[in-house]
Amino acid sequence: MSTAQQGVELSEHARAEIDAWLQRFPYNQKQSAVLAALREVQHENNGYLTTPLMDAVADYLGMPRIAVYEVGSFYSMFELQPVARHCVAVCTNISCMLTGADTIVAHIEEKLQIKVGESTADGRIFLKPEEECLAACAGGPMMQVDHVYHTDLTIEKVDQILDGLD
Amino acid sequence: MSDDTVSIEVDGQLLSARRGAMLIEVTDAAGISIPRFCYHDKLSVAANCRMCLVEVEKAPKPMPACATPVMDGMKVYTNSQRAVQAQRGTMEFLLINHPLDCPICDQGGECELQDVAMGYGHGVSRYADTKRVVFDKDIGPLIATEMTRCIHCTRCVRFGEEIAGLRELGATGRGEDVRIGTYVEKSVVSEMSGNVIDLCPVGALTAKPSRYTARAWELLQHAGIATHDCVGSNLFHHTRDGRVMRVVPRENHAVNEVWLSDRDRFSYEGLYSDARLRQPLLKEAGEWHAVEWETALAAAGSALMAAAPQEMGFLTTSSASLEELYLLQKLARGLGCANVDYRLRQPDCDDQAHDPVMPWLGQNLGDLEHLQAALVVAGNVRKDQPLVAHRLRKAALDGAQVSLLNVRAYEQTFPTLVNDALAPAALLQELAGIAAALLSQGAEVPAQAQEALAKIKPTTRQRKLADSLGSAERATVLLGSGAQLHPGYSVLRQWASVVAAASGSVFGYLPEGGNAAGAWLAGCVPHRGPGGVSADTAGQTAGEMLRTPRRLYFLHGVDPEFDFADPQLAHSGLSGADCVIAVTAFESDALLEHADIILPLALHAEIDATYVNAEGRWQNANAAARPCGKARAGWKILRVLGNRLIDGGFDHNSARAVRGEVQACCESVRLDNSLPLAEALRVPAASRGLLRVAEVPIYAVDALTRHAMALQKTGDALRGAVHMSAAQAEKEKLTAGDTARVTQNGSSAVLLVHIEDSIPNGCVWIPSGVPGSEKLGPACGAVEVFKA
Ligand code: SF4
Ligand code: FES
Ligand code: FES
Repeated sequence: MSTAQQGVELSEHARAEIDAWLQRFPYNQKQSAVLAALREVQHENNGYLTTPLMDAVADYLGMPRIAVYEVGSFYSMFELQPVARHCVAVCTNISCMLTGADTIVAHIEEKLQIKVGESTADGRIFLKPEEECLAACAGGPMMQVDHVYHTDLTIEKVDQILDGLD
Repeated sequence: MSDDTVSIEVDGQLLSARRGAMLIEVTDAAGISIPRFCYHDKLSVAANCRMCLVEVEKAPKPMPACATPVMDGMKVYTNSQRAVQAQRGTMEFLLINHPLDCPICDQGGECELQDVAMGYGHGVSRYADTKRVVFDKDIGPLIATEMTRCIHCTRCVRFGEEIAGLRELGATGRGEDVRIGTYVEKSVVSEMSGNVIDLCPVGALTAKPSRYTARAWELLQHAGIATHDCVGSNLFHHTRDGRVMRVVPRENHAVNEVWLSDRDRFSYEGLYSDARLRQPLLKEAGEWHAVEWETALAAAGSALMAAAPQEMGFLTTSSASLEELYLLQKLARGLGCANVDYRLRQPDCDDQAHDPVMPWLGQNLGDLEHLQAALVVAGNVRKDQPLVAHRLRKAALDGAQVSLLNVRAYEQTFPTLVNDALAPAALLQELAGIAAALLSQGAEVPAQAQEALAKIKPTTRQRKLADSLGSAERATVLLGSGAQLHPGYSVLRQWASVVAAASGSVFGYLPEGGNAAGAWLAGCVPHRGPGGVSADTAGQTAGEMLRTPRRLYFLHGVDPEFDFADPQLAHSGLSGADCVIAVTAFESDALLEHADIILPLALHAEIDATYVNAEGRWQNANAAARPCGKARAGWKILRVLGNRLIDGGFDHNSARAVRGEVQACCESVRLDNSLPLAEALRVPAASRGLLRVAEVPIYAVDALTRHAMALQKTGDALRGAVHMSAAQAEKEKLTAGDTARVTQNGSSAVLLVHIEDSIPNGCVWIPSGVPGSEKLGPACGAVEVFKA
């Protein structure tokens, strides 16, 4: 836990965003907004969550802190450690695996000189560990770069996409 | 057959069941065993362990008995081939990651996983790869963790959320990486946290103080009664070689259900404190000498004979057993002295003539769950009587409006209607205001109160409380354990009873200690004899005995520094005596300073004893452990002294005989809390100047608890400190972390300043009965605070 972030407060923007989500749920079910809240807060914090940020979300939604830690640590879309700018997630679930996801992963690892779960030293690319089915099975192998899906991957296509990241 | 019942068939046996009941409830009631880990009848159904799979006819796959509602005509097989196969499969999966380290596991021999594996598992595991390892977190001094053993049943998590009302543990991570813990390094703080030790079916959560000290099969189990609060929780002492090794709850649905507060569970450690007195001691020319019992008793006897009856004072506490309390007053009165009292923490006894025969809850503990409204006046019930708070919590979650008015707004584990802090005088005014609001709503208010109410204009909060109590069919007003510390206890009680009467609520007491009710029934108060009959000659109250020092004090189980609400007064009183006889279990500097004769006392687990809880329930238990050193049961010590000094009446040969005698005195006792009121009730004005307010914190209530090491390492083990609101601190020119000199009646202490907005302005909150405040004056009274 970085001391700089001890007792952080949510940004005005994050609060507005969470409030907007809260509108969609019954007033006494504030915890329903926890996923959206964490997503927003993570987005504002360079792609990862910290304990103080999760605490701030818990306090804002009136949830026990541990309940927010549970959510934050459960979903693969949340990162609990600092990560690089761009998030690359290659699906390795069954359909993608059958169509060659493993070769894609191996290629990326080789190209970027990192293993899944690691970020490049220049802070450019983070390769997500073991992504599961992203529901684009028909277009396997596939990967998600930041929030965009890329299907029917080939080595060339992957190179092109990754080289295009700033 | 009514609409609410269905009939099902389990293993060929016809059973009728409540519609909607889960299968496992029905089989449990019928004594048909189904293995389980996550199911617990006091917790919600999680159905995550799959150990309870059974075959249900026509169902396509095995069904979890804990989450399958019964249906009429359902046919269930608990040990068909299909069921057994499913159970074996679950067992094999559970054991994949569970370490096979039973020989070094504290749970070994009493482990549900071990038992079920024996009954339902294979002898050999097919899994040969690496197992997962989970690193432990330190979650405090009471609970040891070995999380690699956790099977993720989530009982502990559900306990926190559903019973303790504090969600502290959780399941973080996913799949293979799931772990149970606090995520961040932190101690669990619930005052009932130890129950997860019993709930945990494996050795993941075990009792830290007793860890690795005994094997389950070496222990003998003795029924016992907890003595730290007026619930009187039922428990088992587990002993080895005559020594208490640990304490676990004993199920009694009327009293503690299946729970135990941490105080009741871990206080036994105090039995083996280094401060335990192991032999009689005699002070000669300022020097202490260990002596034989005979010598010490002879010395005590001659001291008692030498003193004039009126010049003696007999003091004890509400932790003593009924037998001791009875024989103590019998000894005192037999010697012609009516100065006998247990109320060391009640400065105001002005209205004692009107006290009920014993401070009664006014209802049963179980009734509290069904209340629709409750008002607790002056008591931190969550810490004072954790299991009463638990019942109130159930009511609150069920929609009851629970309110608390106190000298400090303590944090609660359930939703409250009102939970506010009021200075002592404001508390009286508040109660009068509620009565006024009731009056204005047309309630019948006792005539004695009406004059005082005429001038009061009720506030919104007062009207809210009046509405809440007045409109509820089942409501109660409870006088908490903190009330006795109030300098105007008599008036406070009268107003509380007016509010109860006017709102049609049950008026009840939550008395301090484990046996305040017993003390009253035994006649251990100066104006009443056994059975509550008025004494012919009323003696002095504890406060009076100390204000005009007696020549001789007889202290039974009393700690001069920590058992009095006004330790300074105790000090001056005891210092003024020629002789102090202390029958007591623990040594302390103050005791050695004041006493002349010390007789080592055996404690609750070491004696046959009876305790009366707030419901008026007499509960007795036999000695579980050998007394420490040469310590003796209090009733035996008192009987011997009685025999030596008084003709007849002290020939009891067992605690049971003593109890029988008290019982005979109490035959015509009818519990009744109705309180005759003063002719014209007053609402005293607030005093000017800074006031000290206090509570006796949860782990400071009695000597045994104060000597229980693990409890003393928890966050609830408070030390003397001066707490105040930010506004008050600003006024006193103090900030958090400062040290302040606190002065009461000329004696002072230097204490750390804490800022808490839960404390009313005009007050500072300084806990009573804890190190740091043991030299100060009354728990509730004038105080001066300066920056040190
Ligand atoms: S620690 Fe024990 S009670 Fe808690 S989930 Fe694990 S096995 Fe269950
Ligand atoms: S398996 Fe890869 S998207 Fe479904
Ligand atoms: S006991 Fe039924 S699933 Fe755990």
